[in-house]
Amino acid sequence: MQYDLIIIGAGPAGLTASIYASRYKVNNLVIGEALGGLVFEAHKICNFPSEQEVKGMDLVTKMRQHAESLGVQIVVDKIIGIDKTKNNKFKLTTQNKKEFFAETILLATGTKHRKLDLPDEDKFTGHGVSYCATCDAMFYRDKTVAVIGGSDSANTATLYLAEIAKKVYQIYRRDKLRGEILWIEQILKNPKIEVIYNTQVKSLKGSEKLEKIILDQPYQGKQELIIDGLFVEIGTFPQKVLIKELKLETDKKNYIKVNQEQKTNQKSIWAAGDITNSSNNFHQVITACSEGAIAAESIFKFLQEKKEIRASK
Amino acid sequence: MSKIIEVTNSNFELEVLKSDLPVLVDFWAPWCQPCLMMVPTLNELSEELDGKLKICKLNTEIPEHQQLAIQYQIQSIPNMKLFKNGQIVKEFIGLRPKDIFKSELESVI
Repeated sequence: MQYDLIIIGAGPAGLTASIYASRYKVNNLVIGEALGGLVFEAHKICNFPSEQEVKGMDLVTKMRQHAESLGVQIVVDKIIGIDKTKNNKFKLTTQNKKEFFAETILLATGTKHRKLDLPDEDKFTGHGVSYCATCDAMFYRDKTVAVIGGSDSANTATLYLAEIAKKVYQIYRRDKLRGEILWIEQILKNPKIEVIYNTQVKSLKGSEKLEKIILDQPYQGKQELIIDGLFVEIGTFPQKVLIKELKLETDKKNYIKVNQEQKTNQKSIWAAGDITNSSNNFHQVITACSEGAIAAESIFKFLQEKKEIRASK
Repeated sequence: MSKIIEVTNSNFELEVLKSDLPVLVDFWAPWCQPCLMMVPTLNELSEELDGKLKICKLNTEIPEHQQLAIQYQIQSIPNMKLFKNGQIVKEFIGLRPKDIFKSELESVI
């Protein structure tokens, strides 16, 4: 199948780009491994204008429905290869062995959860170690859990877990939590939550499942903390595979460098959302949407110009 | 056509524990994105391994199912357990690519 634009990634950036592209009558397709991207996991979003409080899953479902209402097809699949054809188009191959052709590409594949890189982390994943509070919180009703991290995603995980668990420790390597002050205020006044500052987790202990964690310095006289579950919220990193394959220029932290129009260093390839260094590296739903919209408009202009050139020949 | 069977508290014993075929049970919930991402893979495997393996899904969000989630020590989803003659013989946690998952399953069933 041949498209003017293929959007890789079905989170807020990709879906917004599709909405704009469809309204510009740019024939587009969205291919994503995960509908909604990381936002799907956010149990509560309170800073998206027009939505005072919304589940990430619900917000992104609305975005998907909006995009689909304009006729776009959203394919759940993984891109495993991108090649250039003789006539300078992109050929995209998916894990399910499907092929799609596009004039332009928008990369909006977002980021992945960072792991702790501790011994036995994989062994305990699913047995006490989790990377998704929204998915797994309910298995810790009336239990004691810890959250590692101190930014918005960790703060909201802590608050959500405090609604379900008996006790929540939040362990952070710095001396102050970061992010929205409203979340931090709620954490500090919640009697179920204890924040442990200037501390990191050194190791994970347990036989079949996680039973305790060892801190790099004592907390209330003890270096070990007995918990039932550990939620890792220490940030994210961009997915490198396609960036390398497409030879896209990145910054030191591997985020794609884009210009004001969300164009990458490669012709006919744009990028938007958490995977870029745009929007002052402020990775939010609204900035992802904004980047998606800017990219779509730039792609529309690019395709228009191309058409005009072709017509004049 | 997917051959996945939705199991509940009431048919778990019959469909899973007393099954003649090995059974893969997917413990999932609607708010778990990785669980939803596994759906196409599980649908396809339910057809490709038809006759060799039965695939069932148990929605852990339903309050009556939570006792089963506790009994099988579910702490993270997606969590897929392979039962043979009523006993758990292997556990798969988190997202897995289809081809790898298929060969992992084929090596045990």
